[in-house]
Amino acid sequence: MVELPGLLPELEVVRKDFPILERSLAGGLPLVYLDSANTSQKPQIVIDTMVDHLERHNANVARAMHQLGAEASAAFEEARDTVAAFLGAPSRDEVIFTKNASEALNLVANTLAWAKGDRKIGEGDVVVTTEMEHHSNIVPWQLLTERTGATLRWFGLTDDGLLDLSNIDELITERTKVVTFTWVSNMLGTINPVAEITRRAHEVGALVVVDASQAAPQLPIDLAGMPETDRPDLLVFTGHKTVGPTGIGVLWGRREVLEALPPFLGGGEMIETVRMEGSTYAGIPHKFEAGTPPIVEAVGLGAALTYLGHVGMEHIHAHERAITGYAFEGLATVPGLTVLGPGDPAVRGGAISFELEGVHPHDVAQVLDVRGVAVRAGHHCARPAHARFGVQSSTRMSSYLYTTPAEIDALIEALHYTRSYFKVG
Amino acid sequence: MSQQATGQDLDALYQEIILDHYKNPLHAGLREPFEAEVHHVNPTCGDEVTLRVHLGGPEGRTVEDVSYDALGCSISQASTSVMADLLIGKTVDDALAIHTEFLTLMQGKGTVVPDEEVLEDGIAFAGVAKFPARVKCALLSWMAWKDATARTLEGQAS
Repeated sequence: MVELPGLLPELEVVRKDFPILERSLAGGLPLVYLDSANTSQKPQIVIDTMVDHLERHNANVARAMHQLGAEASAAFEEARDTVAAFLGAPSRDEVIFTKNASEALNLVANTLAWAKGDRKIGEGDVVVTTEMEHHSNIVPWQLLTERTGATLRWFGLTDDGLLDLSNIDELITERTKVVTFTWVSNMLGTINPVAEITRRAHEVGALVVVDASQAAPQLPIDLAGMPETDRPDLLVFTGHKTVGPTGIGVLWGRREVLEALPPFLGGGEMIETVRMEGSTYAGIPHKFEAGTPPIVEAVGLGAALTYLGHVGMEHIHAHERAITGYAFEGLATVPGLTVLGPGDPAVRGGAISFELEGVHPHDVAQVLDVRGVAVRAGHHCARPAHARFGVQSSTRMSSYLYTTPAEIDALIEALHYTRSYFKVG
Repeated sequence: MSQQATGQDLDALYQEIILDHYKNPLHAGLREPFEAEVHHVNPTCGDEVTLRVHLGGPEGRTVEDVSYDALGCSISQASTSVMADLLIGKTVDDALAIHTEFLTLMQGKGTVVPDEEVLEDGIAFAGVAKFPARVKCALLSWMAWKDATARTLEGQAS
């Protein structure tokens, strides 16, 4: 195996934790999974924890007056503790379970429309997002501003795929109520300056909402460790990209903000007292968790974040950087291949989107697939970012803690094969 | 051995006819006259086509022209080219029958044996039907043509 500084020292052991990596594909080819920014694979401990919960502890939470109910409730709330520790959240009550990151963002956007007082978004207010967002951090804000008469504005991108902050003083003004942006771009790989933008937004009293869907899997996050001026007010991520299951996402919010926002969905669990004339609501976090929550999914997420903690987020970050750097070197050997986004692998996350001259991304992905290499092709739910660079779609490889240099070699070899298959160059 | 098996799958998908149409698409470009223009997209990948239909002849029941501007993968581009070449000059009824035949082929999960008499170069897409993710690519412009034709016929009726 290639020796790369930063690579996880026990990579082969880590890989053994992920049973799916052992399977083979059509024709007996080994799986080369380079689509982790889409969804990550799951370690055995997550699978086993979920099975164990269903086999031995299954009951509804917070309402069953029996032993199983107590066990299920404890497991669910322990998962909340684990998430809080993973984020370095100042308080566990600030962690709200949602279905996914999209639901978390929609929760924030909707409750801001319904809020009373200072937080309420209305006519004349400005919401600022960016051109590199996933659709899930664009569309909820479009809906919010269209419904309330507020204005949606956005940061553009530089040719290098960085946020263009040159007009930050025009975008972030006294009228700006919300500034929202992704920590790490799912398409360009760009890591954005969270502290700098947050500080500027806080100067005008705007709320800062950070989409950490791509950041949480690969960067150490310590909310409590950030100076208050630099700390976002709300942050979301999804479980399935952090080696957890689908169906579970997280909204973290500063206590004062969450307490000021009205409920999102109404139902069981989120109430204090219900009368036909009106109801009062539970405190956070339960105020935002109407109905039976995704219990086993939360338990699985807890196991996933504990697993990542054992490997160490610093080590995972270093591994991603090492693999990204190695992939950059390999991709540079493929004629006609252009990488989109920042040219310096050291300042990127583990997702690399590229174009291959003369071959459409769909066709690239198809040929790679028959070689056992799984990548994503399309607009990656980031159509505006693609439009910014004048491309309709791209091919994206994305690595994770189980990715090996040999898998990158397989990708590069398959890309050369793709060129020869389509007779380009 | 294993490489060979998967290579065969790939060749079943990317028939020479498909690659030929991809590199040299027939009837490409948007032309006048036309009665209806539609824009269809494949939201999962962003492939798009702008397509115009011109009906003429006796009672306006002949497909005089199908012109288009398409962005997309080899399958969607080739499918558009094959379709335009097949349908131009046919009566609307014959064209709709060909459309149904092609749809049946694509939705057959690889079990339908295509009729070369009807589909001509379109039979090359039989292999695509075995790749569920690519069926939508092949059908994008066919759906656009049907939509544009329906609008044209509606316009004639009103």
